[in-house]
Amino acid sequence: MHLDLNSIWFLLVGILFTGYAMLDGFDLGIGALHLFTKKDEERRVMFNAIGPVWDGNEVWLVTGGGALFAAFPNVYATAFSGFYLALFLLLASLIFRAVAIEFRSKRPQGWWRQMWDVSFAAGSVMSSLLIGVALGNIAWGVPVDADGEFAGTFAGLLKPYPLLVGVTTVALFMMHGAIYGVMKTEGELHDKLRVWAVRCIIFFVICAVTLTMATLLFVPHLAPRVRENPWLFSVALANMLAIANIPREFQHRRDGRAFLSSCAAILTLMVLFALNTFPNLIYSLPHPENSLTIYNAASSPKTLRVMLVIACIGIPAVLAYTASIYWIFRGKVKLDKMSY
Amino acid sequence: MDVLTLSRVQFGATISFHYIYPPMSIGLGIMLVIMEGSWLKTGKPVYHQMARFWTKVFALTFAIGVATGIVMEFEFGTNWATYSRFVGDVFGSALAAEGIFAFFLESGFLAVLLFGWDKVGRKLHFFSTCMVCLGAHFSAVWIVVANSWMQTPAGYHLVGQGLKARAEITDFWQLVFNPSMVDRLFHTLCGAWCAGAFLVVSISAWYLLKKTHLDFARASLKVGLSVALVASLLQAVTGDRSAKGVAKNQPAKLAAFEGLYETSSNAPLTVIGWVDEKNEKTSGLRVPGMLSFLAHSDFHAPVTGLKEFKPADRPPVTPSFLFFHGMMGIGLALIGIALLGSWYLRKGALDERRWLLWLLVLSVLGPQIANQLGWFAAEVGRQPWLVYGLMRTPAGLSAVVKANAVLASLILFTFIYFLLFAVFISLLNDKIQHGPDDADLIPSGKLALPTRH
Repeated sequence: MHLDLNSIWFLLVGILFTGYAMLDGFDLGIGALHLFTKKDEERRVMFNAIGPVWDGNEVWLVTGGGALFAAFPNVYATAFSGFYLALFLLLASLIFRAVAIEFRSKRPQGWWRQMWDVSFAAGSVMSSLLIGVALGNIAWGVPVDADGEFAGTFAGLLKPYPLLVGVTTVALFMMHGAIYGVMKTEGELHDKLRVWAVRCIIFFVICAVTLTMATLLFVPHLAPRVRENPWLFSVALANMLAIANIPREFQHRRDGRAFLSSCAAILTLMVLFALNTFPNLIYSLPHPENSLTIYNAASSPKTLRVMLVIACIGIPAVLAYTASIYWIFRGKVKLDKMSY
Repeated sequence: MDVLTLSRVQFGATISFHYIYPPMSIGLGIMLVIMEGSWLKTGKPVYHQMARFWTKVFALTFAIGVATGIVMEFEFGTNWATYSRFVGDVFGSALAAEGIFAFFLESGFLAVLLFGWDKVGRKLHFFSTCMVCLGAHFSAVWIVVANSWMQTPAGYHLVGQGLKARAEITDFWQLVFNPSMVDRLFHTLCGAWCAGAFLVVSISAWYLLKKTHLDFARASLKVGLSVALVASLLQAVTGDRSAKGVAKNQPAKLAAFEGLYETSSNAPLTVIGWVDEKNEKTSGLRVPGMLSFLAHSDFHAPVTGLKEFKPADRPPVTPSFLFFHGMMGIGLALIGIALLGSWYLRKGALDERRWLLWLLVLSVLGPQIANQLGWFAAEVGRQPWLVYGLMRTPAGLSAVVKANAVLASLILFTFIYFLLFAVFISLLNDKIQHGPDDADLIPSGKLALPTRH
């Protein structure tokens, strides 16, 4: 496969969104599990498990949005104006998730904390669900007219297949978050999270199997692509192995490795998604000729080149300090007076 | 209401609300660097206490800034899709650069700034504080680059026809250093420094009025007033340079700022007055020749009036005029307040001048209002253009978004933002009432170790 600028940008945007799913995925998962514990101190530990990192994790989404705008402005414009209400719901969910983390600890009253706990959990679940529904729609295909504008409706986005992808995303992030939580906690909460993690793994595996069957049976344009490119099976196989490895490592209490397997599962799912979409960015159904591709939706080659230079300067720096932050805040959560 | 009005109201409302917070974070960022730096240098416990207290205030403003900022990143696509297609090449690049250079830096080191006090050594903590402050400034750089390109487009060429037309980069550095960018950047940054400095000044003056946390308040007030004085004076310089740029690059905008209809040499500057749009006349207290001098450094230089432009190409005059004059008036008042405060603080005679302390308490509103008005003036003065001279505002709308949808999102976000604002004010009040922690006079954890030399 020959790698042109447009494909490189497809890859870079993909990396940013994959980074987001892997990192903020566990934050959202912790959020989804948050209300299952009733004790204030345990809830605080949950908050502080993601406290120093969630903000940086969310930047992957913001930068992904920016990169999409810069590299594929037509996709940015069509998708965001087309998914208008869904996107504003996502933004509202992310806002409630974010401010809940900051606000909750500032007052001791029970109602105050409960309010932000609910806001944190609801914001996290809604964000995961909506992100999944958006991905599901892209995979299924959405109506696009000859001008490259979205031609569907809000209700049209809520088809069973995208909803299934949404639920699967919630399950995936819950599993990912539970395993992260197990790594960051000790004592009673740790034991509880261990039980929840197992349930989340089961929940996710059921979703994943259902989704795979639904994809093979009902997404018509995907099957021929797999038939033409049998090597795609190797990615699917890698994905299955990664998923299967999660309960195995987890059972042996190798939590770090279980978490890495969970990351690998997210990575391979995103790769599968990307390979099935490529070179389309928004697949048009029922008129595939209107699809927005990495060529007809891209910025000028000059911009893609300039942005590539910016990415090459920026990304190593980003990786370096992201790694140092995770290193500084490694180990189990200990509550102190700076904690949430 | 139609989609255009609703979308403009929504964009204006969301950006205004967002714009309360980042300037405070940028300004407080500078304050934190100075405070923590002073602590490292002098070892005085009060500086440590200050750094700790103001960090908490910083965390609150930063959190809301981040939460409301994501909306901005996506709102171009949701409501202004045609604009996004038209400028993605240029504008999108600046936003992406902001993400990769500013947001990651800020949010990464923020973790150490907020939670790392006992986990890392002094120097690494100070380094993190500097990086957060730098990241906040980078963010201003890229967003001003993007906005200035809308005011004075450069480094691009137009490709394609009609709906398919778009601006493509020809020269990246020309795009970044477009004609208005440098002056507008420093003008924006001075506004942000004022926002942070006067916040510190205001809260410290409140403690002096209430005769509590006196050492803390005096030390904070000293740092706050110094930065406020420098920033408000620089603000006048950058404002003057910006206005000269507007005179050169966007003459219709300058004419609207001053309500100048007839092109005239010896053009007057209106100190206080009103615009009669119907009769195309501006009256009030006016200094003859001053506008010519400020715009072109010559009392007799001609300044272009609004009549040189077709009515369809003129910005809304009255709002531009009022926003601009409001901003200028407040800006000048802030210089006065900073001078008075610094003078009496130096003389050690601030505590007994309660009227001045009250003035300092209220001064926090000054930069906030002036920042908002300045932003309004810049954006309303750019009308009827979305990108100056290239694309009119109605042309940038999303083709597929209906008025009902915009109304729904507008109502939702108005509700959310009022809620956030109420919580912000109430939590800020909590922090002020609680005051600095005396336990913070003694550094703990790794910070307690003396720095190695």
